[in-house]
Amino acid sequence: MSETAIEREIDRSHMEVSDKLAIQITHMNKWYGTFHVLRDINLSVYEGERIVIAGPSGSGKSTLIRCINRLEEHQAGEIVVDGTELSSDLKNIDKIRSEVGMVFQHFNLFPHLTILENCTLAPIWVRKTPRKEAEEIAMHYLEKVKIPEQALKYPGQLSGGQQQRVAIARSLCMKPRIMLFDEPTSALDPEMIKEVLETMIQLAEEGMTMLCVTHEMGFAKQVANRVIFMDQGQVVEQNEPNEFFNNPQHERTKLFLSQILGH
Amino acid sequence: MADLHFVRKAMIEEQEPPAATAGVAGWVRENLFSSPLNAILSILSLGFVFYVLSALLPWVFSPTWSATSLGECRELTGGGHGKACWGVIRERWLQLMFGFYPKELYWRVVLDFALLIVAVAPVLFTKLPRKMLYFSAVYPFLMPWLLWGGSIWNPIAVAAGFVLGFFAHKYARPAFGGLAAVILAFLLPIIWWFFLAGPLANGLASVLPLALETVESRNFGGFMLSITIGVVAIAISLPIGILLALGRQSDLFIVRSLSVGFIEFIRGVPLITLLFVASTLLNIFMPPGTDFDIILRVIIMVTLFASAYMAEVVRGGLAALPKGQYEAADALGLDFWMAQRLIIMPQALKISIPGIVSTFIGVFKDTTLVSIIGLLDPIGLSNSIRADQAWNGVVWELYGFIALMFFVFCFSMSRYSMFLERKLQTGHR
Repeated sequence: MSETAIEREIDRSHMEVSDKLAIQITHMNKWYGTFHVLRDINLSVYEGERIVIAGPSGSGKSTLIRCINRLEEHQAGEIVVDGTELSSDLKNIDKIRSEVGMVFQHFNLFPHLTILENCTLAPIWVRKTPRKEAEEIAMHYLEKVKIPEQALKYPGQLSGGQQQRVAIARSLCMKPRIMLFDEPTSALDPEMIKEVLETMIQLAEEGMTMLCVTHEMGFAKQVANRVIFMDQGQVVEQNEPNEFFNNPQHERTKLFLSQILGH
Repeated sequence: MADLHFVRKAMIEEQEPPAATAGVAGWVRENLFSSPLNAILSILSLGFVFYVLSALLPWVFSPTWSATSLGECRELTGGGHGKACWGVIRERWLQLMFGFYPKELYWRVVLDFALLIVAVAPVLFTKLPRKMLYFSAVYPFLMPWLLWGGSIWNPIAVAAGFVLGFFAHKYARPAFGGLAAVILAFLLPIIWWFFLAGPLANGLASVLPLALETVESRNFGGFMLSITIGVVAIAISLPIGILLALGRQSDLFIVRSLSVGFIEFIRGVPLITLLFVASTLLNIFMPPGTDFDIILRVIIMVTLFASAYMAEVVRGGLAALPKGQYEAADALGLDFWMAQRLIIMPQALKISIPGIVSTFIGVFKDTTLVSIIGLLDPIGLSNSIRADQAWNGVVWELYGFIALMFFVFCFSMSRYSMFLERKLQTGHR
């Protein structure tokens, strides 16, 4: 739970929130067996929003974003992503997954493929992009995350921060409209956290719709337009970052902030 | 205070390491006599090896290559029992290789196995030109034709069934959707094989009779039989094993139960029992008059047996993969089969290589069990060779030769697996 600051002016010219809905979650509930992990979640995400979801461990924040691309199944309520409702219809699931990118805590790169192959795999097989074109797209995004020279290496030969940036590039190669980040910096050394955050900020500057589960409160203050605080499977408080950090309302939020900001 | 000042006047030339630590002496010292206990163990082991070899080598090197009977061997070695009788191998090695396959047709078997090497090579060694894989695809139809003979239209009619299934899937998928296409791809070839392939092959054979002389299954024998059963069982058990392993992990209750039931049943029954079922019981269930080839029945049983073990080996590989690999594949929008083919299986199979090759080796050696149901594999042949008056009493020489042949095959498989493991290491953990 650190507060890594990126010392540069953030370009806000493309960061605009439209009034078009990207994700709408209504009365969503989820159980693991009999354990009620997510309780009556209602959340509307508009295109261009940069939402940070914070909360103590076990509060259901990862489960929430994993429900959005069906890595977890919800049992009640409704999730609509980009106009498509998530049901058990496999066609809808595949459609949503190819439009929603996801970055994991442990990168989850494919260790038997090179960096370039990691990035071209989904475009070639899911989008049916010709190999040559897919490789050009992949190199474009690898340059964007500043590691084009590693393209022919295997994931095991890269540092954690580099691997996470490859994972981001791999998601971007599918040209997603929404990006989900599930604690992208939690498995990294402090100096590597910075390079990954820098990549995420760059993405935000381009106007990407982002949902980030993270403990990086510095990132939340600088980039997010909304912070959601969760505890015990429910949304406890949400607000714009300034208000959220300076003027928390709920007791639980106050306690959490005082603990992680170390005052 | 001491003088801390130092300047080198002359550089030291490169020198040889001390004799005691380099070369043969160094190696012996390092590896055999590095400590008193090690030295004692080394001397004891060397003594044991010497003892075994001093008994074995005089037996092996005996001048009996030209003998034509056991009695002649005894005369050549001066009546002692301490010498091997190699005449039996010289006289009968062709029989140990080919069984009672007609002598003038040996070339077909030799050609068949030479082509086997050509067909398998591009699968084993990815550096070879990929075009060779077309031949690998044709070979499964060519192999039985060369061995058993008969009209060339039979294998072509069987192959046509697969082509039919492929096109059914290709054209039905856009028209009727995925599931219907899969069902059609299974159903059409089955209808073809049962009702149309036979008459068509006969019809074509009467128009253009291209045929090889037929060889009956009962004439098959020796290593040729072991290799035939072993190779077919190995080649088919891997894909079936993969499907069973996936079935065992499936979310679909019926598929999972069937897979678990099959695997546990087959693993719970000795192979010999299955072979007895193949040789005797199966005929009871068949409609009277159906002639269901005994070698084919045995191959089916050995394949099922190997598949069950293979499924468990592959399941071990699947279990070793982190859950994140499945999630990453899902999150990128890959469907189940794509994820399996591109992400999961390449890694799971790589992890399972030692287990898979062990199962292969086990299957190949287990083919000797067919001697119990009367097929003349090398072990079965050794009995019939001993039934000959001239060689009655020859045991070790025959078994030694058979063991050596099996060792050559199994050891090559084991070496290949090590080569493959090294090749697939991609510099990651």
